[in-house]
Amino acid sequence: MSQYVINASNLSRNFGDLKAIQNLDLKVEKGRIYGFLGPNGCGKTTAIRLLTGLLKPSSGAVQVLGFNLPEEAEKLRLLIGYMTQKFSLYADLTVKENLRFIAKIYCLSRRSQEKRIDELLHTYGLQQQKNQLAGSMSGGQKQRLGLSAAVLHKPELLFLDEPTSAVDPENRRDFWEQLFDLSEQGTSILVSTHYMDEAERCHKLAILENGIKRADGTPEELMQQMGAHVVEVSSLNLRQLKRQLVNLPDVITASQLGARLRVLVKKSIPDPLAFLSSQSGIEIEDTLSLVRPSLEDVFVTCTGAGRQ
Amino acid sequence: MNILIRIYAIFSKELIQLKRDRMMFGMVVVIPLIQLMLFGFAINTNVRHIPVGVVDYSQTGLSRVLIQTISATQVVKFTEQYTTVQQAEAAIASAQIRAVLVIPKDVSQRVVRHRSIGSGSPASSDEETSRPIAQWVVDGSDTMISAAVKSLRNMPLAELLSKPVNRSTPTFEVTLLYNPEQRTAVNVVPGLVAIILTMTMIMFTSAAIVRESERGNLEMLITTPVRPLELMIGKIIPYIFIGALQVVIILGLGKAVFNVPINGSLWQLAAATLLFITASLSLGLVISTIASNQLQAMQMTLFVLLPSILLSGFMFPYEGMPEVAQYIAEALPATHFMRLIRGVVLRDVQIIHMTFDVYWLILFTFAGLTVASLRFKKSLD
Repeated sequence: MSQYVINASNLSRNFGDLKAIQNLDLKVEKGRIYGFLGPNGCGKTTAIRLLTGLLKPSSGAVQVLGFNLPEEAEKLRLLIGYMTQKFSLYADLTVKENLRFIAKIYCLSRRSQEKRIDELLHTYGLQQQKNQLAGSMSGGQKQRLGLSAAVLHKPELLFLDEPTSAVDPENRRDFWEQLFDLSEQGTSILVSTHYMDEAERCHKLAILENGIKRADGTPEELMQQMGAHVVEVSSLNLRQLKRQLVNLPDVITASQLGARLRVLVKKSIPDPLAFLSSQSGIEIEDTLSLVRPSLEDVFVTCTGAGRQ
Repeated sequence: MNILIRIYAIFSKELIQLKRDRMMFGMVVVIPLIQLMLFGFAINTNVRHIPVGVVDYSQTGLSRVLIQTISATQVVKFTEQYTTVQQAEAAIASAQIRAVLVIPKDVSQRVVRHRSIGSGSPASSDEETSRPIAQWVVDGSDTMISAAVKSLRNMPLAELLSKPVNRSTPTFEVTLLYNPEQRTAVNVVPGLVAIILTMTMIMFTSAAIVRESERGNLEMLITTPVRPLELMIGKIIPYIFIGALQVVIILGLGKAVFNVPINGSLWQLAAATLLFITASLSLGLVISTIASNQLQAMQMTLFVLLPSILLSGFMFPYEGMPEVAQYIAEALPATHFMRLIRGVVLRDVQIIHMTFDVYWLILFTFAGLTVASLRFKKSLD
């Protein structure tokens, strides 16, 4: 088997006239956490469904864990885990009953079933809730139950579709700790998200927009290769200044962060500080400084989503 | 082996969910109970106590005895008296009464000369003696009511004059098998099994599967090794038991309350029921692959249920329907089961001798399962 757990080339999927995924090339290495970053409706879920064999591609080839999709999707099922965006276990079953159901579905023997379920309840801190109906649990608990169901059969590759969208920041942090534990044990993980801080935790990530991959690489690479300078301006009249700057062709976007304005200037401008200082509306007493780009800047630059 | 384990997993999960769903559990028992009591008592084709009026032009003792004699049959009940026929017809129009008996002035002479009483049998051509003694004016819009009143045409009048009846030999001798007392419940209760099973089996299965996708569980299931057919089989097995339970409730109570005999063997009954339950369940599965939510599943169930009630022979005899309606009726599993269960319960028939109905139910089941599993696969893409 190659070093890639996912190897997709030129993958496309249309729904009628809608091009949900266009010419996606993707290589995911074993044991890594790979992120899909993109706004809602950019094709993250469709991409995951194509890679799990749930949807047939309109064109292109996919190999997942060495299996050709969609022909060998059935064989792949036993080796992958998939946690859906929405809580999709049974609300009217208890935590234990849900896990037991999944265990039976994967045909675990009775003894290994109980052992594995106890293990999972312990790892994901659900021991006290084990006899509670899944529907009555909090968002964080539901998400942990979803993850334990997805990893119950110890999959080699785990797909997580916006796993943390209904969870508070603390639970999100714990959740990522658990993902890194899994990754350490050799599980490859593909996770989709629209949170920048989460994307930054991934070993590697791809930025998707309208079904097209705009950029990929490690977060550091992406930030270094970004086609823009980031300048922070402290000024008094930020709203007006912003309106003025975004009209300039060489300014990609500007967004306000409290008392500062974060301006993305095209790479083609050699000295962005001088360029901005020369603009009318920037006063002498205003401070301008070149700062390190964040993933959000990368995202905005890549997607060109200067949605003002 | 793994297939069986997965089916068992789905089955046991479904059982737990059913156990938690009190409402559902109640419906399984309460629907057959209520419907059996309601229809068992309410549906009666032997019409009795039809409210009628009388216009008595003769006003004699004889006319009053005539009215009493007719009342004694219990077919009609005299509730009103009118002085003219016009008044009586107005009362029929406003639905106060369903028919009116018009007794002419010369009723005494007519009775004396009537052939059912008179000493001799007069020639039928004799205008004078072959006249009827009175006239019924009936609201003929309801055929059942008019048939009941028509049945009074040849009622014996012997008691009227305490004279022996001038019996005439009927053209045909009629022997009534299986239901000699002509009780409607004997025919209705086995038929109810078909109707109630149609309703609950199709509704429960279609709703049960649609619920999986409505609540998002399907999204999780399709990523697991569960195959569509396994999911369907695992989900419908509990309902086979529920259907069997309902049959026991209906036929058991039918025997206890309505004294409906179960003449056939229980094995035959079980076989016929199983055939029908699987056919209904497969129809429910097909509906579940078309409906996108439980409400739609319910509406489609009703779409099947109504023809099943009206065309299957449950309420109206199959033979009385026009050809097109008969074709539609033949397509419904309920029609075939109606024949089978009435055959087994009332006539102790071996279902193997009703080949057409048996084969048709089997064919329907397989066709349903095929369509459902084909459609089910597609619904993921």
